[in-house]
Amino acid sequence: MTSLRLVWIYPDLLSTYGDRGNALVLERRARLRGLPTEIIEVNSDQRVPPDGDIYLMGGGEDLPQTLATRRLQADGGLLEAVGQGAVLFAVCAGYQMLGMEFGGAEDQPVAGLGLLDIRSGRGERRAVGEIVADVDPALEVPRLTGFENHQGVTRLGPRARPLARTTLGTGNGDGTEGAYAGRVLGTYLHGPALVRNPGLADLLLSWAVGPLPPLPPQAEELAQRLREERLAAVAG
Amino acid sequence: MRARLATTVGGAAATVSRLAGKGDGSVIGGIIGLRLQPDLLSLLAAGRQVVLVTGTNGKTTTTRLITAALSPLGHQIASNIYGANMEAGLTAALSRAPHAPIAVLETDEKYIPAMVKATNPRVVVLLNLSRDQMDRAAEIWLLARRWREALGAAPGCRVVANADDPLVAWAAGAARQVTWVAAGQRWRDDSWCCPHCGAHLEREDDDWSCRECTNRRPPVSWVLTGDQVIDPSGRARPLELALPGRANRANAVVALAVADAFGVGIARALAELRAVTSVAGRYTQVNRRGCDIRLLLAKNPAGWLEALDVLAPPPVPVLLSVNAQGPDGRDTSWLWDVDYRRLRGRVVLVGGERRLDLAVRLEADEVPFRLVADIDQAVDLAGAPQLEVLANYTAFQQYRAVLGRTQ
Repeated sequence: MTSLRLVWIYPDLLSTYGDRGNALVLERRARLRGLPTEIIEVNSDQRVPPDGDIYLMGGGEDLPQTLATRRLQADGGLLEAVGQGAVLFAVCAGYQMLGMEFGGAEDQPVAGLGLLDIRSGRGERRAVGEIVADVDPALEVPRLTGFENHQGVTRLGPRARPLARTTLGTGNGDGTEGAYAGRVLGTYLHGPALVRNPGLADLLLSWAVGPLPPLPPQAEELAQRLREERLAAVAG
Repeated sequence: MRARLATTVGGAAATVSRLAGKGDGSVIGGIIGLRLQPDLLSLLAAGRQVVLVTGTNGKTTTTRLITAALSPLGHQIASNIYGANMEAGLTAALSRAPHAPIAVLETDEKYIPAMVKATNPRVVVLLNLSRDQMDRAAEIWLLARRWREALGAAPGCRVVANADDPLVAWAAGAARQVTWVAAGQRWRDDSWCCPHCGAHLEREDDDWSCRECTNRRPPVSWVLTGDQVIDPSGRARPLELALPGRANRANAVVALAVADAFGVGIARALAELRAVTSVAGRYTQVNRRGCDIRLLLAKNPAGWLEALDVLAPPPVPVLLSVNAQGPDGRDTSWLWDVDYRRLRGRVVLVGGERRLDLAVRLEADEVPFRLVADIDQAVDLAGAPQLEVLANYTAFQQYRAVLGRTQ
């Protein structure tokens, strides 16, 4: 078969803290199942190829977030890919960009990409710290553990479902965390969110390629230990 | 009189803090002094020639190097040598040396605007700017903007800045007088785009320019190339430092530019820089049960990138150690910004309180490793006469405490 194509969008603008981790985790988990995989890094001066399988968007500061949104709208490649059923996973600033609008510099509303029925603005306080959230049972993914660092508040419209319900941390700000619709999924877990959530990584892979065989336990051991350690550390 | 009283009371508190074994007392005295006299720092800085040193990486080392380079002037120099780099730390450093006519002060990146206002510096040094401890530090484009505004409003000060870092150059560009240093930039993942307009930068070797606005690398007067420094007259000299690594050579060239601004001859300043062998425990060699251990400190992706360059070549084993306490940043995401693949093929040991985070990261880069609980287990498993240790802040301090605070 041809390679699984992971397209990392604008690492030059949208990569604040370890965002590469998501591409590396997806690549590793695909390869362990015998799927040849390539990571395509697309900078903001390049065209977004419309024929990727999974698109990744990271975090960013206010100005880069607005710039990246304008360029993606003008480029059209990502919108075309999602229209054709590609998987899109976005964290933090990238998550907000997927929506109808978000708060830019000085909280001026900026039109988003319109790929998720969400609206984001700026909250009162910055949410910084560990986050734990129970995933929508329909997705059959274990609880999320991660780190959030944002000042966004996100409201979901009727065409998006919450990804999870927070048990620790802020997430969207109303007890829910993240959102998804079809194969588009966003979360406030920032940076390498898939590292501690291999179940979520497998969900994205299965959306792209269909049902996946389980991994041998030894390939999962370290990630599971890390997951348990972090969940235990915040349960204290 | 109030300044005198405030520093005396502050000094007493520092002594109590030292006697109680709580750190070196450099901050507590400053905090109490500032409480008694909120503009104490301005009062203490008045009439002195102040150098503020900031940047994401290399602040402590460069502060030490500048202090050394200025020593031929023969004056006492006030400095916060223990790295307490916020307002209280600066205040304490000045109050400890009330008669020093010169002060070289490491300054936290976020505090530059306030400290420029308070100390009316003769020179401000901007080393570099990159992602660091995002859970408590400001976003860096925002930080660069604040530096720019602060320096634009301080016409009397000279800025010594790294022209090869686009964020730093943009911030320094607002200053009236700038000495541009080609100090290099190893980590580039925070400066692919123009901080002024956001367009993708054209980058070739160390040169950079914006495709859409007039922002570009300024012409430089000091250059680091290999192990050589080229001064403004065009003369090249070998640096031949005792401190290792490209980053320290860059710091040394910056120190020479500052010394030059104070009228110290380059040859004399350089001789002082060569005599610096260790800075607050960094690069210290310690022998533990027959194994020569060298301690390297790096706190963020740019720092790790430079530190990985400094490691002794294989087969010398390496211990990597990561914590995520408050001073380290509680978020370990940054581990994914570092490329570890070049560690393949050598013995790698992984320690620290967040060793599992690092383990998963190394697994993704297909770097074989073993987990260790402490430095002695690392020495045992290394089974070699030499061990390189690379740790982030509190992990480094923990090893230093175990190994003894030898300099």
